[in-house]
Amino acid sequence: MIEAVDSYYRHSNANVHRGVYGLAQEATDLFEGARERIAAFAGGETDTTIFTRNATEAINLVAYAWGRSAVGPDDAVLITHMEHHSNIVPWQILCQERGARLRYLSVTEDGRLSLDELDAALSDGRVKLVAVAHVSNVLGTINPVAEIVARARAAGAATLVDGSQAVPQMPVDVGAIDADFYVWTGHKALGPTGIGVLHGRRALLESMPPFLGGGDMIASVGFESSTWNDLPWKFEAGTSPIAEAVGLGAAIDYLSAIGMDAVRAHERELTAYALDRLEEVEGVRAFGPVDPDGRGGVVSLELAGIHPHDLAEICDREHVCIRAGHHCAQPLMREMGVPATARASFHVYNTHDDVDRLIAALQTAREVFAL
Amino acid sequence: MDALYRDYILDHYKNPRNFGELDPHDREWLDHNPLCGDELGVHLVVDEDGTISDLRFHGQGCAISQASASIASEELIGRKIDEIGELSADWLIDLLGIEISPTRRKCALLSLKVMRGAATGDASWPE
Ligand SMILES: Cc1ncc(COP(=O)(O)O)c(C=O)c1O
Repeated sequence: MIEAVDSYYRHSNANVHRGVYGLAQEATDLFEGARERIAAFAGGETDTTIFTRNATEAINLVAYAWGRSAVGPDDAVLITHMEHHSNIVPWQILCQERGARLRYLSVTEDGRLSLDELDAALSDGRVKLVAVAHVSNVLGTINPVAEIVARARAAGAATLVDGSQAVPQMPVDVGAIDADFYVWTGHKALGPTGIGVLHGRRALLESMPPFLGGGDMIASVGFESSTWNDLPWKFEAGTSPIAEAVGLGAAIDYLSAIGMDAVRAHERELTAYALDRLEEVEGVRAFGPVDPDGRGGVVSLELAGIHPHDLAEICDREHVCIRAGHHCAQPLMREMGVPATARASFHVYNTHDDVDRLIAALQTAREVFAL
Repeated sequence: MDALYRDYILDHYKNPRNFGELDPHDREWLDHNPLCGDELGVHLVVDEDGTISDLRFHGQGCAISQASASIASEELIGRKIDEIGELSADWLIDLLGIEISPTRRKCALLSLKVMRGAATGDASWPE
């Protein structure tokens, strides 16, 4: 990934879709080639795969360009208690602006969503959009998104799936899930920061107005008004994240070479091992589904008598980096009845040895706190 | 012996002094640590001559923020309310007697921030 970005800047650096000189064509080919591979990697189509700055911007794009006309007073947007702030706040803003209601699905004791509750929430026909995480960044829960999308569609609601935590760690086929919008973010898929992806349904993308105006997104510009470029460029105003797309292309090539089935098997195995070993540490409570088949490679935990911040500090001294805090999911923390959690997350570079070190660091923390 | 989690820090964390609520109270303030969302509030009772005669912190947080509130509370009762705005970050950090890394500075200073808010209405972080 780093070499691809480096090589782009050294040998192929030019703006895309502009110059007639060879270098500009080379940059355009690299950029559009990356889009083609990135789209295919996630099971999407090339011209409905839009580059954004991150998942957050992709969600905001939908909230503004689609939501402002599709959601009105007395309508509702349905999200869940396990969403990341990036899949909450844009909908709060939209609902406030449009006089619509924001509804939440709750999370069960073992960190899952209830399809019965979904059906009940959809039953009055007011829900215009269901927005849900594919995999929770706090609980690790893998949500049954294809089923959720099907039920939402049957009730006349559009769907957005936040796949930020799913695309990096398991095989994802956005075509099979068939949501109207599916978003993810490059930096979690071993890619660079500054690039996110939106896969959208063609008919919706075509009928939606642009999100941001400027260069590249137009077909022609008059004094009073302009006409819009074709998909996907209609939603890509201004100079694109070119190096970032090239870098993300290299990252997904790397993941594809390992094989997403193998990545998923590794994540599952390590998570199962971690959940198992955590039981050895007195006072530990792990959140989320107990069955490793139903969860991805993050484990949020609480250790009685030690605040997550202190836990993270002591783990850091033992060279184990875990995140402590609300994980951009304050509503979920409130539901779980904790101010914060500590969270270990795994990817392809982690091993059993890393889990063993985590367990040892947690034991050290108990000693420091004289527990 | 741990350089950060010293015995007296852990003692104040596990048995915080002047912890809870005061009803009635004359002043109050509530704030958050933006890093983690931890919440700390304070209730003050102020005499006619401007002396803080009683005070309670409440909320939840890490060992550093809770110990900081507990240790500060013992120093703050009996002070004049209009002195509080003058108290600096260094005053509190010296009082804690431990090395505070930049990442934990806000944990340590939240109690003073909340206290200054209650006394002066100034919601900025102590310098
Ligand atoms: C589930 C989920 N959604 C959305 C995001 C937001 O990603 P970004 O900040 O790159 O937009 C994250 C990343 O933290 C996430 O874990």
